[in-house]
Amino acid sequence: MVRDPDGRAQAWPSGPARSGRRPMSNEWRKRLEILVLVVPAVALFSLFALVPMGQAIYYSLFNWNGLGPVDDFIGVGNYQQALGDAVFRGAILNNFIIVVLSLAVQLPLGLGIALLLNRPLRGRTVLRTMIFVPYVLAEVIAGVIWLLMLQPRGVVDSLLAGAGLDWARQVWLGDQDIALYTLFVVLTWKYVGFAIILFLAGLQGVPQELNEAAALDGASWWQIQRNVTIPLLGPTIRIWAFLSMIGALQLFDMVWILTGGGPGNATQTMATYLIQQGFDRGRLGYGTAAAVILFVISLVVALLYQRFVLSVDNTEDSSPKKRKAVR
Amino acid sequence: MTTTLDRPTGTPAPQAPPRRRRRAGVSTILTYVIAGVVALFSVGPVIYAVLNGFRDNGQIASAPVALPDPWVFEKYELVLTSSGFWRQVLNSALVAGLTTAIVVIFGVMAAYALARYRFRGREGLYTFFTIGLLFPLTVAILPLFILVRSLELIDNPLGVALPQAAFALPVTVVILRPFLRALPQELEDAAMIDGCSRLGFFRRIVLPLSGPGLVTVGVLAFVNSWNAYLLPLLILGSPDNYTLPLGTANFSTQYTSDTAAILAFASLAMIPALVFFLLAQRWIVGGLAGAVKG
Repeated sequence: MVRDPDGRAQAWPSGPARSGRRPMSNEWRKRLEILVLVVPAVALFSLFALVPMGQAIYYSLFNWNGLGPVDDFIGVGNYQQALGDAVFRGAILNNFIIVVLSLAVQLPLGLGIALLLNRPLRGRTVLRTMIFVPYVLAEVIAGVIWLLMLQPRGVVDSLLAGAGLDWARQVWLGDQDIALYTLFVVLTWKYVGFAIILFLAGLQGVPQELNEAAALDGASWWQIQRNVTIPLLGPTIRIWAFLSMIGALQLFDMVWILTGGGPGNATQTMATYLIQQGFDRGRLGYGTAAAVILFVISLVVALLYQRFVLSVDNTEDSSPKKRKAVR
Repeated sequence: MTTTLDRPTGTPAPQAPPRRRRRAGVSTILTYVIAGVVALFSVGPVIYAVLNGFRDNGQIASAPVALPDPWVFEKYELVLTSSGFWRQVLNSALVAGLTTAIVVIFGVMAAYALARYRFRGREGLYTFFTIGLLFPLTVAILPLFILVRSLELIDNPLGVALPQAAFALPVTVVILRPFLRALPQELEDAAMIDGCSRLGFFRRIVLPLSGPGLVTVGVLAFVNSWNAYLLPLLILGSPDNYTLPLGTANFSTQYTSDTAAILAFASLAMIPALVFFLLAQRWIVGGLAGAVKG
């Protein structure tokens, strides 16, 4: 150790070894190493993530079609127009409807199924794999299949008819009042497996002894789940809810394939709107303004969530009281 | 993971009174029923697509829910003999492979510096990457398109791979840093005594030891890139460069009336992702759980 000038600064960072034989060259060499290691990632991230984010704000202040010079400065005009557009406001509302529905439906559904499956079952590995399949498929490919299944007289309709529910048949994707909810059902199919797998993984961390102790004390299955298991699963649930919300706000692929935002903008989301305006109609400045609004909304939601919900975990985890309770 | 899975959980302890045990029997059956329904609901659309690829459009129109009768292989043949499908498989593999290689190499280098060097601004740099977690690609998509166009990377796999890698970097660094930090200091000291430089330690010891972590971030980046739609949609304009999601969407609009062919195409397009998932399942699920536990 003592003979190695490289190792000393690292191994004994505050010790006497700092005053080694060649402190300068060693220090410079370390700096060079850090540069070599860090610069590629920083450069890539800056060029392809930070710069476009900055440009988004810049372009959003111009009336620009994406081709000519960027010179028609209109200030916040694009923002005023976007927020004044009933279609865009409807898109924001649709995003939030999906956010709320996801939390209200997928959480109980995913949690319930995970709690039920959290016991020794034959074929459990196969089951887990099957539940996870929709999550792994590309949204586009899954969307193309669902698009065909949801066609009038398609497989969904004939399954309903077969179950004697003929009256429930709908023009699933063509009816303005229903399309958004159809979309939500497809999204639930796609993503509830993710919730289940995540919760099952979280349940692995719940100590078995607690359940056994509660059972010995005469607690029913449901009492155990409600008072012991679910609270301990809290951090996992909170993280899932976060990922779910952010995902729902960015929603694009599935909508684009199933409805393209229609019928009559009934399933428009912020992302489909900004692509339609910015790319298809060549209103790049306007589209980026919509994108910036999407970003601000996501950011505010993320920060609020972090401040008021996720912060619980940080304080809980460090408090000794909680740890004792777990033991 | 599998070993702990087999531990009894929901069932009451053996000492429980007999009444409870009988109820557990009923609830076990109920559990199997629910499990079966959930599993069927999950893979139902996949089975539907695969089976209907073996039917013709007449069969599908007359009876939406039925087994192939007779089995028709023509649609799968049509897709498998088309050059488009295979081209798209290769394109997808190329884009996803490039993305994964770039993000894993750059990511592990940065994470190593952030984990095992002490330097001023280190935590600031780490924050720089964690803030990146809040930047979704969707928001930057239009400027990205302009940027890629000005770099003349439109219709180039790199035009998709570089931005995808950039946006995958934050999560990669955030997962890998604690992983690299957890390698014991004694290991590094021992390597130094044996004459390793810090970079030599990185190359000879850290990289081999962090295999599982690298696989996790690599699999996440690969799957995300493989399934991506929005960025390729804007960047890859010519059908020769289409990835599988683009190709599937395109095929379904081109052959609108040929339901069987679309389903055959979709079924075949699913196979790579499914096979990859079965092979990498351990890491995908483990990575997700790990990422959540942070």
